[in-house]
This record gives sequence, C-alpha cells and structure tokens, in this order.
Amino acid sequence: MTEDTALRNPPPASVQTVASATVSPPAKLAVRNLEFLYGDSQALKNISMDLPEKQVSAIIGPSGCGKSTLLRVFNRIYAIYPNQRAIGEVLLDGENILDTGYPVHKLRSKIGMVFQKPVPFPMTIFENIAWGIRHHEKLSKADMEGRVEQALRRAALWDEVKDKLKRNALGLSGGQQQRLCIARSIALKPEVLLLDEPTSALDPIATGRIEQLIEELKRDYTIVIVTHNMQQAARVSDRTAFMYLGELVEFDETEKIFTKPAKRQTEDYISGRFG
Amino acid sequence: MAADVYMRRRVVNVAAMLLSGLAAAVGLVFLIWILWITVKNGLGALHLELFTKITAYADQGGLANAIVGSLIMDMIALAICAPIGVLAGTFLAEYANRTKLGATIRFLNDILLSAPSIVLGLFVYVIVVLPMSKLTQGAVSFSGLAGAIALALIGLPVIVRTTDEMLQLVPGTLREAALSLGIPQWKLTTQVLMRAAVSGIVTGVLLALARLAGETAPLLFTAFGNNFMVVNPLDKTASIPVAIYQYTNDPNPALHAIAWAGALLITLFVLLLSLSARWYLHRHKVIHD
Amino acid sequence: MSSIPATVEPVAADQRSRRDARHDAWFRRLLKACALLVLAALLGAALSTLWGGREVLFGQGLHFLTSTEWNPVADDYGAWAPIFGTLVTSVIALVLAVPLSFGIALFLTEIAPTWMRGPVATAIELLASIPSIIYGMWGLFVFVPFMARIEPALSETLGRIPLVGQLFQGPPIGLGLLTAGIVLAVMILPFISSVMREVFQTVPNRLKESSYALGSTTWEVVWDIVLPYTRSAVIGGIFLGLGRALGETMAVTFVLGNAYNITSSLLMPGTSISSSIANEFNEAVGTHRSALIALGFLLFVVTFVVLLISRLMLRQLARREGA
Repeated sequence: MTEDTALRNPPPASVQTVASATVSPPAKLAVRNLEFLYGDSQALKNISMDLPEKQVSAIIGPSGCGKSTLLRVFNRIYAIYPNQRAIGEVLLDGENILDTGYPVHKLRSKIGMVFQKPVPFPMTIFENIAWGIRHHEKLSKADMEGRVEQALRRAALWDEVKDKLKRNALGLSGGQQQRLCIARSIALKPEVLLLDEPTSALDPIATGRIEQLIEELKRDYTIVIVTHNMQQAARVSDRTAFMYLGELVEFDETEKIFTKPAKRQTEDYISGRFG
Repeated sequence: MAADVYMRRRVVNVAAMLLSGLAAAVGLVFLIWILWITVKNGLGALHLELFTKITAYADQGGLANAIVGSLIMDMIALAICAPIGVLAGTFLAEYANRTKLGATIRFLNDILLSAPSIVLGLFVYVIVVLPMSKLTQGAVSFSGLAGAIALALIGLPVIVRTTDEMLQLVPGTLREAALSLGIPQWKLTTQVLMRAAVSGIVTGVLLALARLAGETAPLLFTAFGNNFMVVNPLDKTASIPVAIYQYTNDPNPALHAIAWAGALLITLFVLLLSLSARWYLHRHKVIHD
Repeated sequence: MSSIPATVEPVAADQRSRRDARHDAWFRRLLKACALLVLAALLGAALSTLWGGREVLFGQGLHFLTSTEWNPVADDYGAWAPIFGTLVTSVIALVLAVPLSFGIALFLTEIAPTWMRGPVATAIELLASIPSIIYGMWGLFVFVPFMARIEPALSETLGRIPLVGQLFQGPPIGLGLLTAGIVLAVMILPFISSVMREVFQTVPNRLKESSYALGSTTWEVVWDIVLPYTRSAVIGGIFLGLGRALGETMAVTFVLGNAYNITSSLLMPGTSISSSIANEFNEAVGTHRSALIALGFLLFVVTFVVLLISRLMLRQLARREGA
C-alpha cells in the first residue's frame, strides 16, 4: 500500500529549510503508478510519490527492496539494458520523462546522477568536468575555466585540486574522486541530483564532508539520495521514503519517519527488527 | 596387500610426475634448439650489406629490398586491420555483448584466427589480384597492396578479440556515469571507453603485428616477391619471409646463410614484440586492479 | 553562492538530442559493418576458393577427390595424395603433441614450484610466436639431417615389428611424412598445452582438495577429477591443434619431400595440400591453377569443420563455468 502525505500536511517549523516557503513545496518529481520489470520479475510495484523541490529526499530499505531501481528510473539509465522496462509515469515539472518522445539526452542534462563507486573518467581533473559541459554548451576558454572552478568550489574540492587541474583524475583519493563526480554532475547545472549510495565506498571523514556538501547543495538542487545507512538518512534528508520488496511503504518527513512512523513495517525496520 | 596397493599407487604417481616433467623438458629442448640454431646461423651471416644490398645480387647481395618491402606491407596491413578490428571489437563489447549476433561473430572470429593462412592468400588472389589484373590488362597483378590485404586478414581476428576482451574489462559504472551526463553513446565509446582500454587495445595491435610479420604463405601469391627495391605498393613486393622461402629452396648454401640472417631478424622482431606486448599488458592490468 | 538552474534554450536542447541520436545510429552502423567483415572474410574465403576451383571441382568432381594421379602435363588432377599427406602428418603430430601437451599442462598446473610456472609457461608459448618459416628452415637444415641419422636405427628396430613395422620402411633420407609430423607436433604443442593449462586451472580447488583429503595422489586427482571435469574442453583443445596442423604450410613444405604418392611407410616422402599449393601455384596455369585452388577449398572446408567442433567443445566448459 502506498501513502501520499506530502501535499496534505505542511512540514513543521523544526524541519523547515531556509529556502522553503510556509506552504509545502511544489513537487519537482512526481511519480505516478510506477512499475518496473527485470525481464519477467517485477521489481517495483505501483509506486506513487511526490518529491518536493529543493529538498533532500532519502530512500531507505533493506537490500533488494528496489530503492536503487527506483532511482535509476529517474534518469532512464535502465534503458541501456535490454531486459528492463518501466511502466507508469514520472513527471518532471509536469512532463512525463518516461515518454519515448522525451529526449533522453535532454533529460540527463536536467537530472544528474552520482554512483556508489567513484568513477572518474580517464582524463585530467579539468577535462573530467569540462568534457560534459562541452557537449551541451559552447563556451569560451575563459567561461569554461570559470564553470569548472565554480563546479569544483560547490563540490568543496577546489582548494585541494586547484594546482593540479591538469593531473590525471585517477590520482585522487576515493573521497576526492567522489566529490569530483559530484562536481561533474552539478557542472551541467541540473535541476535534480540523484545520489546512489554516494558514501558507501568512502571512509567516515570523506562521508562527513559529502554529507555536509549535500546540506549546502540542497539550496539549489532537488536531491534524491538512496542509502542503506539509516543514520545517514536521518542526518541529511528532509523527507524519507521507506521501501520494502518493491513497494513504497511510507514516505513522510524524516523526523516523523524516525520518531513516529505511521506503519508497523517502517517501525520494525527503523528499530532494527529486520533488515 | 594394502601396502602393495599403496606402493603401486605411489609408483604410478611418481612415474606420472617424472613423465610430465620430461614433457615440459622436451618442449623446452625444442624451443632452445630452434632458437639456438637461428641465432647461431643468423649471427654468422649478419653483416651490414644485408641492409644495404638487394636480393638481385643473390649471394653477393643482401635483403634490403625484402626488409623495406616487409615494412611497407606490414604497415599497410596494420593500417587496414587495426581500425576495422578495433571498431569490430568495440561493436562486440558495447553493442552486441550478450546477443546472439555477438556470440556468433565471436565464434567465427575465433575460427578465422586459426584458419589456414594459405587459404586466406588464395582468397585475396581471387578477389584482388585477378580482378586488378583484368582491370589493368595485366599491368598490375601481384602487388604489395594485395599482400598487405592478405596480412590484414591475418591480423584482424587478433585485434578484434583483444579489443573485445579489453573493453569488457572496463567497469559498467563508467558507462553509466558518462551516459548520466547526457553524453551520447558514440562519444562515450570513443572518448572514454577506448581511452580506458587503450593499453589493451595497443597490445592487441602489437600482437597482431607480431603475427602477420612472420607470415609467408599468404604472400606467395599476392605480393609474389621482387628482386628489386620498390616503394610503390602496386608493384610486386619483396618481403623477408618470402625471401627466406626462396633462398631456402635454392641449392646454393651462400643463399641459405642469408636466409638464416633474415630468419634471425624476423624472429628477434617477432619475439621482442610478443614479449613486450604481454609484459606491458600485464603491468597495466596489475596497476588497474 | 547560489546558481539559478540554467535553462539552455529548450529548442536547442531538443535539436541536440536528436542530433545525438542520429550520430549514435550512424556510429552503431559503422561498428556493425566492421564486425560483419569478419563473417565476410570467412565466407569470402570459402566462396572464392570454390569459385577459383570450380573448373576442377565441378568438372572433374569425384575423380578429383579420389584419384591419386597428379599430372599437370595431362591436366589430370587427383587430390587424394595431398589429402593423404595432410591427414597423416596431422595425425602423427597429434599423436606426439597431445601426450606431451598434457604432460606440460600437468607439470605447469600441479607439479612445478610456483616460481617456475610463469617463466616455463611463457617459454612454451614462445614456441607459438616463432614464425612457421623458421620451423621450416630448422626442419630442413637441422632436423632432416638428424632424422636421416636416426632413421636407419628406426628401420632396424621398429621396422622389424610385424604389422607396425611397415610404417618404418624406407630410404633414410630424412625427408618424409614422419619428419614433417614431428615438426608439426612441435608447432602445435604450445596451442594444445595452453588450452589444457587454462582449462585445468578452472577446476574448482575444493573439488581437488576434497579428493586430496581422501588420500589421493596428485596423479589420481588429475586422472579422476581434473580430466573428467574438463573433458570436453580438452577435446576442444585437441581439435584446435588439429585445425592448426591441417592448415600449416611453411613448417612442412621443406621437409615433406614433395612427392605425390600414397605409401604405407612414414619414412617416405609425400606432400600435403598446403605444400602442393605453395610449391606449384606460381608456375601453374589454367586448369593446374584451378586444381590447386580447389585443393585450397577442400582444406578450408575441413579445417573449418574441425575448428567449429573445437569451439563448440570449448564453449561447453565455458558455459558450465557460467561464463
């Protein structure tokens, strides 16, 4: 069974973020009756949810519940695999991005994704960021340098790499590489950022820095983060969705989910009775 | 009784161990024998004139035209089979990886890899030499170009296979990361994936070169051979393997000596290429893991 | 520092998307065409040799396949002598190379100390890198005289054994089917042994360990566990060696003796399909040339079938491994 509480109750003052208004924020990404199939087996069952703009929404749940699958629907990255299909609607600012008529390259310039394992391209640090920009926009050299710097600053990486922009990106540490990947995505000025377990391959210090980053980024981007670490979800997100076996069990303000969840299953998971 | 059985089993085991060690020794003995003979006879005939005089002077000459001819044909062959092979291997790894078409092409590619090179030479004879001869009324028939095409067919499956395997080693998340930026598949493939797999692909090209540089049979009826120096690939062209073949067939022992020198050159070239290609790949793989 | 989400003109974005999709489609077509060239090469080899040999294949048909005559003057061609030579030398090569390869593979996977394995394996594989013409030269200038010296001894000893002895009668000139077979064996040794070695290494350790735990000797583990487990791949490797042996030209051309006859003795000279083609092609004209190309077609068909079987057998094991 699915719950849709987002638009009915305005968030209490204690969790209001700086940029949100007193009424509940509009849904940036609206999911309607989404189903997903790997071949014949169904991984997502009738998911409907509204992800509010400029907030961090976390998706938690035990392994195999479908949270990564759901995230990967949002930028249609599943489409490169032949046996995977999505049925239903996902509306970005009102337009259905699952529609074959919606150009996928355009979609991906609006919705960026950062993966679990940092994957820098085999290029220089500068090129890692410039390459993506260059495909979408024609910029002068000065403008490009400015954009790269801007992206690196926003990803809190600029100070560490500003002297080694021409060095190969593979020489960076894991945490730095992941911040590079984040910089790469935000350099395209997307509207939504999808983070698929972005810190699970990183040490606690690097994790902390990225969580800090997420807190800053949400001022400008709508963020959806999948995490298997409940505490992380509690730390960084405004809203949390709990999924189980392909279904959306509950989706509500983070504070509420972690203190007074409406569903028994959610409570069981949060308190560690299973997972 | 039990002790007898046990003893028998031990004896069998020891015998098997010894025989297998012996087998390895036999293999090594032949390797060393062949290499030793090549080095010994080749070094003895190695002198500067080998590189400066042409085969027209027979036992007073050298292999200069054969060396140049080999270089030209090998380079043209690589220029043909490397791009095609890399693109074909990329198709298999990126677009046809788990499909039936991909499996079929890989299967057939492996067969081409072991196919008799003399038949590939006949193939090029029929589709290149004969038509060119007809077209030019015999002015152009056997040619270095035809030889290069035959050699390209020999190198092609090597490059296809290495490129395919190397690209498959590139992690899938790299592809997804690039696609997530809205980059089209073709850019991702050429500017990221190939760059990530470049050491493997280069190794494949080097191994293909090592293979095609030593081939004789397919050149016999395509490039034919030439006692004079040519640089025009539309002419009959000499090559080291064919020169060795012709000199070996000749009764004159002075020519045999030159043949051994040529054999040494080509063997050194091929072995050095193979070893360094494999070493380079091994080192790169170790770094990346 | 906040950034307003950039809105690149929607029209331009759509255009770019469409252009990207177009480029992707063209790229894919180009790649597919290159991959299909592999098929084209194989098909082309088969069809072109069929075409080139059509005069003899269709004109003389069965006679060509069964006759042992090879008479360029009278334009009377029979493929049987070259076919015989190809088959006999390949069989000899297999008989010698298979046990040796097995021994080498066994040595490298179970017996040799770890530090020795890499270098010895590389050395054996170097045998595969040596161009076949070098084998031919070594064969002619070094091995043939060697064989000429030991052949009388062979005739004396093995030649006396009833039945088998027939195989070892003949002039001890060193050239001949046996010599060619031995040279071929050395050539295909690295191919078969490297397939066997790779395949032996895929046997899960726990299978071997549980056998050792029961007190099996190394040999017994190999014979009772490893070999049965890898059986189809081993056969695949053997067929691969056979395929290579059948098609080999330069290693055997110099040492076969170039004689068109069918004999019962391995010490007699003979010829093979590839040697005949290599030796005679450039002087041949007309029907003679057509006959040689027809021989090429036969060789291609036979090696194709053998290699096909080899691949199928090797795939069986790969499938079991879940590849």
